[in-house]
Amino acid sequence: MNSRRLRALTIKESWQVVRDPSSLLIAFVMPPVLFFLFANAVSLDLEDVALGVVLESTGPAAQELAAAYDATPYFQVTTARDRRELDPLLVRGSLRGYVVIPADFDRQLRQPFGAPRVQVITDGSQPNTANFVQSYAQGVLSSWYAGRIDNPVPLLSLEQRFWFNPELDSRRVLLPGAMAIVMTMIGTLLTALVVAREWERGTMEAMMSTPAGTLELLASKLAPYFVLGMLATLGCTLMGILIYDLPYRGSLWALLLTSAAFLVPALGQGLLISTLAKNQFVAAQLAVFSGFMPAFLLSGFLYEIDSMPTWLQWLTQVVPARHYVQSLQSVFLAGDYWPELLRNSLALLAVGVLFFSLTLRNSHKVLD
Amino acid sequence: MFARLGVAIWKEMVSYLQDPTTRRFLIGAPIVQTVAFAFAATLDVQNLDVAVLDQDNGRWSHELVARVDGAWFTDDIITARDSRELGELITARNAVVALRLAPDFSRRIDAGEPATVQVLVDGRRANSGQIATSYLATVVGEMGVELAARSSTAPVGGQPLLEERHWFNPNLDYQWFMVASLSAVLGMMMCLVVTSLSIAREREMGTFDQLLVSPISATEIIIAKTMPGMMAGYVVSLIITLLAVFAFGAPYTGHLLIFPFALALFVFSVVGVGLLISSLCNTQQQAIMGAFFSSIPFVLTSGFATPVENMPEWLQLVAELNPLKHYLVVVQGSFFKSHSLADVVANIWPLLPLALGSLTIASIEVRSKLG
Amino acid sequence: MNSAVEIRGVRKDFGTVEALKGIDADIPAGRLTGLVGPDGAGKTTLMRMMAALMHPSQGELRVAGHDVTREAETIHRLTGYMPQRFGLYEDLSVQENLNLYADLQGLPRGETAQQFQRLLAFTGLAPFTRRLAGQLSGGMKQKLGLACALMAHPRVLLLDEPSVGVDPVSRQELWRMVQELADEGMSVLWATAYLDEAERCDQVLLLDEGEIRYAGAPQALTERIAGRSVLVSNLQVDRREFLADALDQPSVRDGVIQGGAVRLVLAETEVSPELSALVAGAGGQLEPAQGRFEDAFIDLLEGGTLGHSAIADRMEPVAAERDIMVSCHALTKRFGDFTATDQVSFEVRRGEVLGLLGPNGAGKSTTFKMLCGLLKPSAGRAEVVGLDLRHSGSAAKMQLGYMAQKFSLYDLMTVRQNLEFFSGIYGLRGTQRRERIDEMVEIFHLAPYLEAFPDSLPLGFKQRLALACALMHRPRVLFLDEPTSGVDPITRREFWTHITGLVRKGVTVLVTTHFMEEAEYCDRVVLVNRSQVIALDTPDGLKASVAGPDCPDPSMEDAFIRLVLAQQEQAA
Repeated sequence: MNSRRLRALTIKESWQVVRDPSSLLIAFVMPPVLFFLFANAVSLDLEDVALGVVLESTGPAAQELAAAYDATPYFQVTTARDRRELDPLLVRGSLRGYVVIPADFDRQLRQPFGAPRVQVITDGSQPNTANFVQSYAQGVLSSWYAGRIDNPVPLLSLEQRFWFNPELDSRRVLLPGAMAIVMTMIGTLLTALVVAREWERGTMEAMMSTPAGTLELLASKLAPYFVLGMLATLGCTLMGILIYDLPYRGSLWALLLTSAAFLVPALGQGLLISTLAKNQFVAAQLAVFSGFMPAFLLSGFLYEIDSMPTWLQWLTQVVPARHYVQSLQSVFLAGDYWPELLRNSLALLAVGVLFFSLTLRNSHKVLD
Repeated sequence: MFARLGVAIWKEMVSYLQDPTTRRFLIGAPIVQTVAFAFAATLDVQNLDVAVLDQDNGRWSHELVARVDGAWFTDDIITARDSRELGELITARNAVVALRLAPDFSRRIDAGEPATVQVLVDGRRANSGQIATSYLATVVGEMGVELAARSSTAPVGGQPLLEERHWFNPNLDYQWFMVASLSAVLGMMMCLVVTSLSIAREREMGTFDQLLVSPISATEIIIAKTMPGMMAGYVVSLIITLLAVFAFGAPYTGHLLIFPFALALFVFSVVGVGLLISSLCNTQQQAIMGAFFSSIPFVLTSGFATPVENMPEWLQLVAELNPLKHYLVVVQGSFFKSHSLADVVANIWPLLPLALGSLTIASIEVRSKLG
Repeated sequence: MNSAVEIRGVRKDFGTVEALKGIDADIPAGRLTGLVGPDGAGKTTLMRMMAALMHPSQGELRVAGHDVTREAETIHRLTGYMPQRFGLYEDLSVQENLNLYADLQGLPRGETAQQFQRLLAFTGLAPFTRRLAGQLSGGMKQKLGLACALMAHPRVLLLDEPSVGVDPVSRQELWRMVQELADEGMSVLWATAYLDEAERCDQVLLLDEGEIRYAGAPQALTERIAGRSVLVSNLQVDRREFLADALDQPSVRDGVIQGGAVRLVLAETEVSPELSALVAGAGGQLEPAQGRFEDAFIDLLEGGTLGHSAIADRMEPVAAERDIMVSCHALTKRFGDFTATDQVSFEVRRGEVLGLLGPNGAGKSTTFKMLCGLLKPSAGRAEVVGLDLRHSGSAAKMQLGYMAQKFSLYDLMTVRQNLEFFSGIYGLRGTQRRERIDEMVEIFHLAPYLEAFPDSLPLGFKQRLALACALMHRPRVLFLDEPTSGVDPITRREFWTHITGLVRKGVTVLVTTHFMEEAEYCDRVVLVNRSQVIALDTPDGLKASVAGPDCPDPSMEDAFIRLVLAQQEQAA
């Protein structure tokens, strides 16, 4: 590595970035748009889900419970007397589930040791929604029961406290994760085509005939995109805080450090794709399939990594977004927790080194 | 005209399929992705590590911890010595939930007084935390009922219990849902990438001019260009559908004869979007960005990851333009809900205007580039 | 040290293909050496090995005393290399490109200012330092490329076809610059397909099929054919027909059209009785001509072609239903506030070859594209066979054959598939289609490459394939945009045999070129500069128009340069 050559190459790359509108578009227009999309489209907070209520009983308690379902913002309720009315709606997908309040509900409620049973039927073809319907139905039932004046105090009860996110706003958890996914795509997209482009424009051959080494050529491609990536990160952060009301409990340093560590493997992934793919067509396919989907599904952003099979948990270690999602959630919601930040940053750097050594192995300074 | 169109289609297919890397990718990518992602995506919580601070250390606290430890969702119990350590276990993500049992826990139960179990939840994992809490609530609730039965003071009636029954997928098998949905999601993405690059690539390579001076018409170019994307999307979807049924054992209850046509219509509508992107872009790089830019919103607003109903009203309206959203309903219906022809048609018809609309705009766009 | 480059038994294999078959040569230090040879001879491979970008499979190659395999780093420092498509960063300005190369080559910082000044003055780029390289003309780009290669005072300068696609004015300047460097003592190796350039080198290395066929002074090779070049003028018959007949005679090695006359290279110094009879029959006058290096080159490689085109022979004559086949009237194209083509008007008659000449960026390609219906004119009319191609249907397009400037066949399909595709979309079917494809394969010698992808073909074969694809449907009008740019003289002659053959059958040809020798083949030439037509005449007429006391017998190149400069002076 020669610092003068590296500097010259970096300056060159920076000018190219500044003068190429598509890089700027990727770095400054795509992140806010995607971030906006994530903020609105991805939510785990149930709202207005179509639910049926079958009221088989005419008792006052049953009526009260049905009214409680109707009153929550979670559900859009269709009431029926007979469950057979609702079955076709469930098949067609117009209902996500229905609750059956049985004929003996009031009687059971009054009886000593009575156990009134309410049934919830869900549409299992969408298991996640089914789970939501079930747990929200449970929630409405419990709070309705708790709110009755004449119910006895239970002997054993659960008192829950949610740390870092007392209001249990799923957006607060999802948005930092979404930021990691957006940045994964930006990082990969920015660099996925740069090497292929140099070959196509014939500049690579001229570069290779100069004393500049492969390492210098690759390293110089990082710096400007790194800066773009950091700016995009800060932009997303500001958007999250100002527009979406995210709390920010960590320090700026923690954010910068963890984002810097993240950009190394993210940009490295793009560079690797760029050197592996013979042409832009293959590069594009690799970028789409190795960028978005793994970051979305294997990062722990939405799906709990602990619930995955062990072999898959190991595989998630090489998905940069996995480590970044955790760091970002902590920085936003919990504050600087250095052992975790450092551990994740080290993991990110390790993945970055892995991507870079693969890239170096695949790029030679000889044409044949 | 038909002979010329035939030649043009043949050329598109040959250029796409000739490269062995592309062929391997077409077959290999969906298999690898299906296997990796099918296991990934569950909002269910298993193998939980639960942190416990037992300040009581009495009979009933031991009983509760033993019950939690024995529950199906628990992997390990991590014991904390003090509150600070308990907090640390949450902060460091060693546990999603932590139980704190107050020093007077057993005493209060023995005395027949109400006792509470404090649960601390990691709010950074709100969803898992909530689900874990509801599991714990069940355990605590059951123990409470047993304790109440033991004690002589009989309360008036009990808390109503909710019994759940899941139709169509009684065990809520996430993998079934996942592979079925992936057949649509990955098929769409493959189709979109292949189609969106097609015209842009010819433009960049300079071959588009060569085509334009030949007798082939813009309509013929467009029809030919839809073929590789259609084929790629179809093949990927079909591979994953077969995997779903034969490797993952997902039930296929729908009409076997409708499905191929429904899939074709879906792929056709995606090709329309891809061509639209391609006709608007001059370089492959722009086309790639275009494919990215459109496939992400399609996935996010489709109900694949989170329910469509959770989105704001206006976005639900916009999502009506999303072919994936309509088609996912058809996939789920065909797999799990034995949808009839009428059900399929009711859900899939919006794809037809979508496809025709985007293809029309794409044709106009290609034609306008001619002059 | 007398040799800048020592080549000892160097072999290079690519898979089973032997690109270089064990060559030995020395390239003298401090001189200008030309590297010539037909396409696929191994010129670029040799250049890349000298630049230490490839390793020889066998043998030893030393540049400036250093081994290319073991001392690549040193060689990268000591040599300046300009690849065929020089990789200038188009989104960097001239100055930024220079800065980059100064740093990469490790030019001492104290020297940079002085060196920049020197190079900018040398290349005449001083007024353009802030312009982006992408906005420079082709000639200026090459000069900038040269400046970058020269940055760190290289001991050896390797230039791989620097003058391809460069107009004659810039080519002359480029040549003058390199000669100056050699005079100052730099060792320069210049690979070229232009043999008039090779002729002016101190020494040439002639490479063919991976072997060295000649090494030495160009004059010594030209000597070998002394007295065998003749010029036949005052022809009373069609000069194309005469050339075709002459080339078919065994005593004629080579021949080209030179305006109204025909230039021949004979197999012997004696004029054979058959040729005398042919000349007499055509009412022409035969006189000796100055031998050229190109004549010797063709002679050495036995590259003369037959006079009759097999494609043309099998073709039906074009029906004479109309006289004007292509016309444009006040054709104008504006991109924003830049006018690429300004009020261009001309007509091409049936069976005529019209040449469109002009410096890089003069608006030739834009005019071409408007004629073909690929671009919408801002004003004016462009018609082919009386139709505006943008709005006409398939039938009109069937009449047209088009060969683009940039090679534009499908790189993802094999040669055979490309032929099948183009025959197919032009409506050829069944036996006829098979026959036409077989015909093209035979005539253009494509058989060994049928299953290869176009990217892997030598340039000459790429161009042959492109021409084959444009000709299969027997178009009545042929548009050729720089068809022979960068191809060797042998292939070029083969091309023109076909083109002139087709023209004799009544095909109309519109061609752009930077080869002045090719302009001589045209019936009329339109000279375009700065978006406007500055001259429209026969080649002889153009030459005569610039003749004067200081230049009694101007060549086509002289005419080009003088006319262009005259307009520029007038404009200034």
